[in-house]
This record gives sequence, C-alpha cells and structure tokens, in this order.
Amino acid sequence: MKNHYQLLVIGGGPAGLAAATVASAEGISCAVLDEQATPGGQIYRAIESIPEQRGKQLGSEYLRGKTIASEFRASDAEFYAETKVWSLNSEREVGVIRSNEADIISADQIIVASGAMERPIPFPGWTLPGVMQAGAGQILFKSAGIVPDNGVVLAGSGPLLLLLAWQYLHAGVEVKALLDVTPLSNHITALPKFPRALLAHQYLIKGIGYQIELKRAGIPMLFGVSDLRAEGEELCQRVCFKHSGKQKTIESELLLTHFGVIPHIWLTQSAGCKHQWDESQQCWRPEHDEWGNTDLPGILVAGDGAGINGARSAEHAGRLAGLEALFALGAISREERDRKAVKDRKWVRDERHIRPFLEKYYQIPKDMLATSDDKTIVCRCEEITAGEVRQAVREGHDNTNQVKFFTRCGMGPCQGRQCSNAVAHIVADEGGMPVEKMGHYRGRPPVTPLTLEQLAGLNKEDVL
Amino acid sequence: MFKQLDVDQIDSVQIILDGQPLQVSKGITVAAAVLSNNYRYTRTSPVSNSKRAPFCMMGVCYDCLMVIDGKANQRACATYVQNGMQIDRQQSVGPELGANQ
Repeated sequence: MKNHYQLLVIGGGPAGLAAATVASAEGISCAVLDEQATPGGQIYRAIESIPEQRGKQLGSEYLRGKTIASEFRASDAEFYAETKVWSLNSEREVGVIRSNEADIISADQIIVASGAMERPIPFPGWTLPGVMQAGAGQILFKSAGIVPDNGVVLAGSGPLLLLLAWQYLHAGVEVKALLDVTPLSNHITALPKFPRALLAHQYLIKGIGYQIELKRAGIPMLFGVSDLRAEGEELCQRVCFKHSGKQKTIESELLLTHFGVIPHIWLTQSAGCKHQWDESQQCWRPEHDEWGNTDLPGILVAGDGAGINGARSAEHAGRLAGLEALFALGAISREERDRKAVKDRKWVRDERHIRPFLEKYYQIPKDMLATSDDKTIVCRCEEITAGEVRQAVREGHDNTNQVKFFTRCGMGPCQGRQCSNAVAHIVADEGGMPVEKMGHYRGRPPVTPLTLEQLAGLNKEDVL
Repeated sequence: MFKQLDVDQIDSVQIILDGQPLQVSKGITVAAAVLSNNYRYTRTSPVSNSKRAPFCMMGVCYDCLMVIDGKANQRACATYVQNGMQIDRQQSVGPELGANQ
C-alpha cells in the first residue's frame, strides 16, 4: 500500500467497485479499501467464490455481482482486503488498519461507498440471542452457506423479507411465518406513488412472483401485524404478536427482522460532511450533488451510503462518482465526463422510479420508529430503555446529543449506530418536535476500534 | 440454530472454541463458525450480565464481541477463522472468568 493515491475508494460493494473500475481505466493511481476478504460488499458478498447451486438459490439479482467483480478484477485498481478504515478527515487523510497495524494514507480524491445497514428498530426482546437482522441471515447464507436448521420466523417490513423467504425456501429452510408489520393503511397512502412505480415494473413483477411462490409453498404470510416481541428465558424461544385483533405466539429459537435499510454515515459524519434528514427514507444521509460531491472538496459519496436506492443504482452512481473524480483530477475534460456519463445518469433516474412508492408503502409505523413501549431497551450497548430516554426529555434534554450525554445512550462500543435513529424519533415524539431538528449523534474518529498500541505505532519512523 | 450446507464439499480449519477443538469451514468469519456450531450466545453484557449473540453480522452492532487469541472485544463477524485460532466467549468487557483455567 502506498501512502498516497490519486483516488481512494472506501468500500468494495457495487458503487465502490464500479467507481474504481471506471477511474482506473484512465491511468490514475487508485485503490479500494474493504473490511471483507473479497470484493462485492454485503449485497454481493462472496460473489467470486459462490458455488453454482448456492448462487441459483440466491437469485439472478445476486449473480449480477459477478460481472461487476470481474470487471473490477480486470482493471488496474488495487484492492486492499481485510482493511478497516478508522478515520477520514476533510484533508482527505484516511486512517486504516491492516494486519493489525494502523496507518494513515492520503488521496487527492476520495469516494466513500460505505453502503447501508439495517434500520435498527428496538422492540421488546430484540436483544435476546436468537433475534437477528434479516441481513445477518443473508450474509451467513451468501458468505458461508449457513442457514437456519430449526426453522425461522421472518418479521418486519420491506422487500428484503420476501427475498430472504424466497431464498430460504429454495435452500430447503423451514420458514415458520412471514410477519409483515407494515400498517395496512400504507397500501392506500402509497397509491399516488404507484403510477411512477409502474415504470420500474420489473421490480413489481419480481415482488409479486416471490409472493406467489411463497404462498404456493404454504408459508404463512400475515399482514398488518403489530405488537411484535421476542420472548424467552435468556434466549429467544417464541415470537409474539397481534394479528386481526388476536394475540398470537409462534415457538421459534430464531427470529430475523427487517425494517428497511439506512445509509451507513459514520465515516462521512466524522469527516465533517454536511448531512440532511431524508423525510421519505426516514434517515440521515450526506448532502451531495448528482455526481456524488459532498460539501467537502474532493470527498464524494456513492451508493446506498449516500441515500438508499438499491444495488443497481449504486453501480451507476459509482461510475458517475468515478468520472467526476477523474474530471477533478484533470484526467478527463468536462465534455468527456459528460459524454461517458450519459447512460449512467439516465439509469440512475430510471432506478429512482420505484423508490417513492416503496418508501411510502414500507414506511415503518410511528409507534415502532419512536419505541412506544417504555421498558424496551433502545441502546443495546449501555442498556438504556425508551422510558429513560423519555424521562431525560421531560427533564429538559431536548435533542439527541444532550440525551446521549445525560443517559450514556449511544456511548457504548457501537458508537450509537444501533440507537441513534430511534433516540431521535423518541426525543422528537416526546418533545413534540420534528425529527430533523433533533440531530444525529455527533460522529468522531475512530469509527472502528483502535488499540493504543496501534495508535502509538503510527509515528514509529519519526520515533526511530 | 444454524447449519452448514454442503459440509462434505468444504475445506476446513481447526479452531479452539472455549477450549474445545472444532473443525469449521475455511474462509468464514468467527461469528459464522460459532453460530453454525450450536453456540447460542457469544458474550454476556457488561451492564446486566445478559446473554448476547451476533445481531447484524456486518460489523455495526458490536454485539458479537469475543476474546480472540487472548484479545478481548474483537468483532467475531469481522474476523476470519485461522487454523489454531483460540476463541473464547466474552464475559462483560474481558475474558470469561474461570475459562481455560
């Protein structure tokens, strides 16, 4: 690894790989940093080594990643696997950890393609072992061929639940039930967005196809589910919920939940990029223009880390950011950039068609976003409950960061990744204020754990 | 809770999990290895001593912290298994008291 690159791409998912592939074609020095052992990101995890049978079970959208990964491998861009990024600043200095050693490298242009994470929604029992996020189930399946062996209940809201149920069905896993917590009223409120979604009918057809197959296979799909909770003696033993006015229980040691995904913004936050509240997606994301430029010169964002638009869109946005970086470096002219960007600019717009509908249709009910049950743990690390957060608001702490200082909510090892959004919603709800006014926890480096030994090792040459 | 598909087709490495030698697939993460070996929890929490297990599997929840090769607070989901790797359940913020003694 060199100590300076013309372009550094952080994250090896579809956006990062596409950005590096297009940029390195113009002869600039370019490297991609990723925490995993191989390219692909979470969405195309283990795409290069997936056995044929498992690839089929995961579906055609997943296999699309093969092309992206092989084009990237054929490019001149360098790939640094198992590399953790612990900081990024406005001077475009990047703190990395490789083989247990910390280092700081710099670049003229940086594309942050940090991707998405599951939207954490606290509910009673969500900290019990055996309750996991649906994405976790998918990652185990893709990366290791590991699937539930004693049945699974899937619950939440969003297209990923259907996809995972379909993938499990094809892998012979018993799906005990699919519990959809999407309020039935969403079906109506999302209607005005439906005509535009028809322009992306391929996604609608896919979704309906999954549903038909699941139904045919006899998998119980319950809609309008509420009061979801996991129960058990120290471990998850059963899933309880309300459906059609009745309390129901399903015995299960495994519950996988999904409530949509949100951008992973810890790095852009610690760099000091401006962020904004996205009302439709109910999350914060870095402010950026069509090319991915943030408000900090030379720092761009692409893919779901910039706002949720899906894997295909990430690929196009990655190429646009790559072209913009080349233009900023003087490697191509403005005309060349525009000419090469024509298709991707159109495709990015096309991919947006389905989003307003999906965002409205799968909008999480407010009592879940703002954790109405006071006894539910919101901060998994410090074990702070929703009631304690509400109490802090009543005592006059009227924004997310103040509640954090006062309660320690968000001060544990995950640095607030799992509770930031929920706390913002609770504080807004209790104080009668809009969520966007509550603010996000302030992000600071290191965004991933760093030992004192690694920190002290940074200046070893100066010391010697 | 989880099982490994196509067990006969994979190369394996040996890890030492809570003192017991165990054959697991090569190239998978520690979290994947423990979950597929009926290991229902991987640590106890420092606040209430409650049991916890991997939750996100992508490095953002920090619930899968384990003691790996003697070093506490390692994300099991972001660490790949190595031959001979010693993995222990974490109690609170350090190694489980009384383990391996």
